[in-house]
Amino acid sequence: MPADRMLPTEQAADLVALTREIAAKELAPLASEYEAASRFPREQFRVLGKAGLLGLPYPERWGGAAQPYEVYLQVLEEIATAWMTVGVGLSVHTMACYPLARFGSDTQRDEWLPDLLAGDVLGAYALSEAGAGSDAAALTARAVRDGEDYRVTGTKSWITHAGEADFYTVFVRTSDTGTEGISCLLAVADTPGLAVGPAEHKMGLTGSPTAQLIFDDARIPIHRRMGEEGEGLRIALDALNSGRLGIAACAVGLAQAALDEAVSYSIQREQFGRPIIEFQGLQFLLADMAAAVQSARATYLEAARRRDAGLDFRRHASIAKLVATDAAMKVTTDAVQVLGGAGYTRDFPVERYMREAKVPQIFEGTNQIQRMVIARELRKAARSR
Amino acid sequence: MNIVVCVKQVPDTWAERTLRPADSCLDRASVDGVINELDEYAIEEGLLQAEAHDGEVTILSMGPQKAAESIRKALSMGADKAVHLVDDGLAGSDALGTSLALSTVLARIGFDLVILGAEATDARMGVLPAMLAERLRVPQLSLARKVEIDGNTVTVHRLTEYGYDQVVASLPAVVSVVEKINEPRYPSFKGIMAAKKKPVETLSLADAGIDPAQVGLGAAATEVLSFAKRPPRQAGTIVKDEGDGGSKAAEFLAAQKFI
Ligand SMILES: Cc1cc2nc3c(=O)[nH]c(=O)nc-3n(C[C@H](O)[C@H](O)[C@H](O)COP(=O)(O)OP(=O)(O)OC[C@H]3O[C@@H](n4cnc5c(N)ncnc54)[C@H](O)[C@@H]3O)c2cc1C
Repeated sequence: MPADRMLPTEQAADLVALTREIAAKELAPLASEYEAASRFPREQFRVLGKAGLLGLPYPERWGGAAQPYEVYLQVLEEIATAWMTVGVGLSVHTMACYPLARFGSDTQRDEWLPDLLAGDVLGAYALSEAGAGSDAAALTARAVRDGEDYRVTGTKSWITHAGEADFYTVFVRTSDTGTEGISCLLAVADTPGLAVGPAEHKMGLTGSPTAQLIFDDARIPIHRRMGEEGEGLRIALDALNSGRLGIAACAVGLAQAALDEAVSYSIQREQFGRPIIEFQGLQFLLADMAAAVQSARATYLEAARRRDAGLDFRRHASIAKLVATDAAMKVTTDAVQVLGGAGYTRDFPVERYMREAKVPQIFEGTNQIQRMVIARELRKAARSR
Repeated sequence: MNIVVCVKQVPDTWAERTLRPADSCLDRASVDGVINELDEYAIEEGLLQAEAHDGEVTILSMGPQKAAESIRKALSMGADKAVHLVDDGLAGSDALGTSLALSTVLARIGFDLVILGAEATDARMGVLPAMLAERLRVPQLSLARKVEIDGNTVTVHRLTEYGYDQVVASLPAVVSVVEKINEPRYPSFKGIMAAKKKPVETLSLADAGIDPAQVGLGAAATEVLSFAKRPPRQAGTIVKDEGDGGSKAAEFLAAQKFI
């Protein structure tokens, strides 16, 4: 049963209807097969791009759709319900565009943003390194000025879309002044000196490639720097604030898929002479799953509406990411329970959902880091009172 | 070139569909409405022909208020404008009444080419294209899997059991299409935004000059006396392989006209 949504405009409703149609016809039928084969659905991103879904929250001036986060995130949720790899991919692409869209100069935006939003190219966001995960400011990939270029050397780890992306939004160290020494560059995929490491063998989200990006004296023009030198960490964290809302929406979409599967199975599976949904023990499990999905959705939408209204939403984004991804873990685990032995097999998608639900608790700031952010915002608010 | 595509909103094919006990009419209110699948191919063909021949595509739909959703979708795919014939007096119209109403509007708005899906997934009569052509006194080219327009001539490949017939007629004409003809496009977000600004003319029976006595359930020449749920599926035929399984299977398929 598709999620029951309250959307702000008729166009938003038409947009969600279009997303559902594409998800049902182009995404859902392929998901299990592609995930089992660790195959990345590059062509499906082009279908989304053609429909205008790869630039939803960005200004129309550069080819975006100028949609509020309230609408963009619900589109994203619908896509993640059909296929988590594609939902996460769209969220990552949107985040990869953010530094240019938000911090680029008009010249930079006029030159590159239309291509990034047009739907044919795909982006990646490269912040993490082997030694800089939760502690992103510890990154060491180094960019040294040489004439009109930076010469970049270092290795980025865990990069979603590595090897598939057409451009990389990369964070590098331009000086040794700690958090003040990081800058943001926009690298094209065919930059000489940029190589991609072997794909990680992951527990889930296997259709989405994750690998290292290895820069070996790669030249990136200085005019491809977003914002000022030293502004990089601020840009990275700002992008993550919005990115987290995307991950929250994907987690809710995944949980919705697990709930739908659990409900439809429990209506047709019979034990003791009746459908198992008639047993109160199972009803309460399903009811708790539905409550978790709906409250997680409400939480990310509240954060989104604050963002759309121009209010501070950092605490709300972290709470949404924490609540939604924990909900997805719980709901997908319970969905396996509802399907019993069948749920534990690869003949049904719920074991895959459960594996996929683990990673949103880890990336874009682990849920421990989200709690740190939430507590920091609480303390800040208390002090300023 | 002025192309009119007739579009019907039907209950979602995947939903469970029922007839209302009170008047034996299809219960349209309780399920989601979608564009009749073959009509999406008709829209796509209209758009392709309009692109190739510098034409304009008008969507014509007869149906309740809710059909406006389907009209919007057709406009967001790229059609230029729409006419929505909506009147309580039309409810329950059979194919004769529907063809009368649609042909009256078609005569009023004018056309070089009318395109429709070969049948609708709800009633599956498949007679509307013929009735429209007859009422409008123009040629009918049915079951097209390919359409070519050259000046004042339209040529179609008409799907047959053995392949296709080539059928030629002069414009104006009515063409019905099958799903082999093309691959309907998805709307795009830009299309959705553009659709908002496209003109949709809403006509009542009176506006369109249609005699209310000739349409609607009361005027229907057919009547549903009773109906029953589809019986559960029967067990299939089991072919036991005694060395001749292949030919038995082939015989079965031939008997069912699959091969
Ligand atoms: C599938 C996948 C895709 C990814 N995609 C991208 C991408 O596209 N771009 C990108 O830049 N990165 C990406 N990442 C990296 C991801 O953001 C990091 O894995 C994440 O930030 C955690 O870093 P880490 O793995 O080094 O764990 P660590 O930082 O080593 O953390 C290990 C554990 O310690 C805990 N911990 C660490 N510090 C603290 C603290 N101060 N207080 C309490 N607990 C703490 C963590 O919560 C965690 O439980 C991806 C990761 C995965 C798995």
